[in-house]
Amino acid sequence: MSDVASYSPRTAAWARRRRSFSDGISRLRKDRVAMIGLVVLVGFVIMALIAPWMSPRGGLSAVDSINNPTWHPPSRDFPLGTDHLGRSVAAQFVWGSRVSLLVGFAATVLTITIGSLVGISAGFFGGWTDAVLMRLTDWFLVIPFLPLAIVLAAVLDRSIWNIILVIGVTSWPSTARLIRAQVLTVKTRLYVDRARALGASRPHIVARHILPNVAPLILASVTLAVPIAILTETTLAFLGLADPTQNSWGKTLEEAFGAGAIGRNAWWYHFPAGLGIVAVVLAFTLFGRGLEEILDPRLREEGARR
Amino acid sequence: MRARFVVGKILGSLATLAFVLAVNFFLFRVVNDDPTGSLFRGRNLSPDQIQRRREQFNLTGTKFEQFLAYLRQTARGNLGDSFLSNRPVTTEIMEAVWPTLLLVGTATVLAMLVGIPLGIHAGWKRRSRFDAASTSFSMFTYSVPDFWLGMILLAVFAVGLGWFPTGGFEDAGSNATGVAALLDQLHHMALPALTLMLAYIGEYVIVMRSSILDTLNEDYLQLARAKGLRDADVRRRHAVPNALLPVVSLTALNFGFVLSGAIAVEAIFSWPGLGQATLEAIRGPDFPMLQGLFLVFSIAAILANLIADLLYAHLDPRVGGR
Repeated sequence: MSDVASYSPRTAAWARRRRSFSDGISRLRKDRVAMIGLVVLVGFVIMALIAPWMSPRGGLSAVDSINNPTWHPPSRDFPLGTDHLGRSVAAQFVWGSRVSLLVGFAATVLTITIGSLVGISAGFFGGWTDAVLMRLTDWFLVIPFLPLAIVLAAVLDRSIWNIILVIGVTSWPSTARLIRAQVLTVKTRLYVDRARALGASRPHIVARHILPNVAPLILASVTLAVPIAILTETTLAFLGLADPTQNSWGKTLEEAFGAGAIGRNAWWYHFPAGLGIVAVVLAFTLFGRGLEEILDPRLREEGARR
Repeated sequence: MRARFVVGKILGSLATLAFVLAVNFFLFRVVNDDPTGSLFRGRNLSPDQIQRRREQFNLTGTKFEQFLAYLRQTARGNLGDSFLSNRPVTTEIMEAVWPTLLLVGTATVLAMLVGIPLGIHAGWKRRSRFDAASTSFSMFTYSVPDFWLGMILLAVFAVGLGWFPTGGFEDAGSNATGVAALLDQLHHMALPALTLMLAYIGEYVIVMRSSILDTLNEDYLQLARAKGLRDADVRRRHAVPNALLPVVSLTALNFGFVLSGAIAVEAIFSWPGLGQATLEAIRGPDFPMLQGLFLVFSIAAILANLIADLLYAHLDPRVGGR
């Protein structure tokens, strides 16, 4: 009897959300490929977090490495060998994961924030707002992404925050489009009409009805935006546009190439950083696809049909 | 295709071009307020000379006047002079266009020739072992930074095995002509083209596969099967022609990225194209050159986008009205 007494639309909605959440989790756990991606990811995140305990920061400094042999192949003292300045490549690998992941996550937060704001406003308000925002989005989609990022990074100072800014500012349009489309479908649902008829304010409708329904899609775009951000950082760093004081994996590749690691056959210098990028990007993509399949209703229907 | 649709698309492209011009100008003048500092770095010039230089680079007057001067200049095809070489940016870019077109064009065509059949086969035999293998391969190449792949190929095939030259467009000091020169260029192009081809293939496989999957439930395919056509005929005559549509527009779009697609890979193989020019302009920094390159890359993309839209509307009558 008490169940009936405490029944309200809100508790019912939350119960439904909790159910679909735990349903989603159990479906995700059955997706072996996505789980492998998640495990690899967690591994790299842990490595990035405990970097200071795994290898002292001094290993990155050319001054502190002055007594080390240069171009030394992997050995017991240097598990991944040393570079042209005698620095440990293993230390660069461990610390590089930190910068690459930080840039990947931070740039994604920016991308998704801009993309969601633009997408929700365009979809929800419609009319002129929609026309102007979508025109802007189209412009950004047509302009080639990497040259725009290069030009922006070239006129700004070389810092890790500017790289994050550049990636965020250039990669939001596809997210905006995706979210706008979802908002447009949610907007036509009956419960939104009902809320409006009952006199709900716009902020209330966005917060209570639109956001909960686009949130899963936002989450899915996050996991697919991170690999793009990491790859972009890598390319920008390789072109010499990254923060010179921060060792990302892209920076390691730039230094290895510039120092002539390839001519010297010093594979231990340029191989690990690239492999790290591939592993993280692949892991994110696999996990993201698994998540997308569960969260995006269109893909779920397709999956059922096929 | 209705005339209104075509005109609308063309006007849209012009608006995008105007946006690019504005971004291009204000990025370099507003973010970096007075480029004179970086212009004359390390050079001792008298105030007089500085004034002349400012006029030469259109740095006098208000921002708006400068913008108009920039538009006038650009409309005449004058993109200013390179800081590094003091030659006109237009000349520098023209010289670098051909190597890039040759390299990326070749790689794109090869990627299509391999990727499209792979995608068709994977989609037709979905959930087969072949499908799993080709999809994993595509996801893998998608995740590899293209220039790192280039570094590995360079290390293995050029430095390690010595099968290919380590970089450049042709042998230094070569005076070969005709077939010998062509073979020499192909020899130099092999590794960078292979790198880019591997980098592009995944996209074609994935798009072609999902496009084939979309046709599988169409009525015309059921009908073709019901007529008793062999599986291969259903695929060749009914599924593939319809599924090719998205790939056609993907290809048209990708040709817009031909010019800007190989920036880092060109740097690895010292290929004397627009990518190498971009890297040098970043290192300078050579702002007029960067500005010019960005404009050229954007125009290529805008044109390709327009062509893709019109082509799609032409091929699919449902788009663009009767």
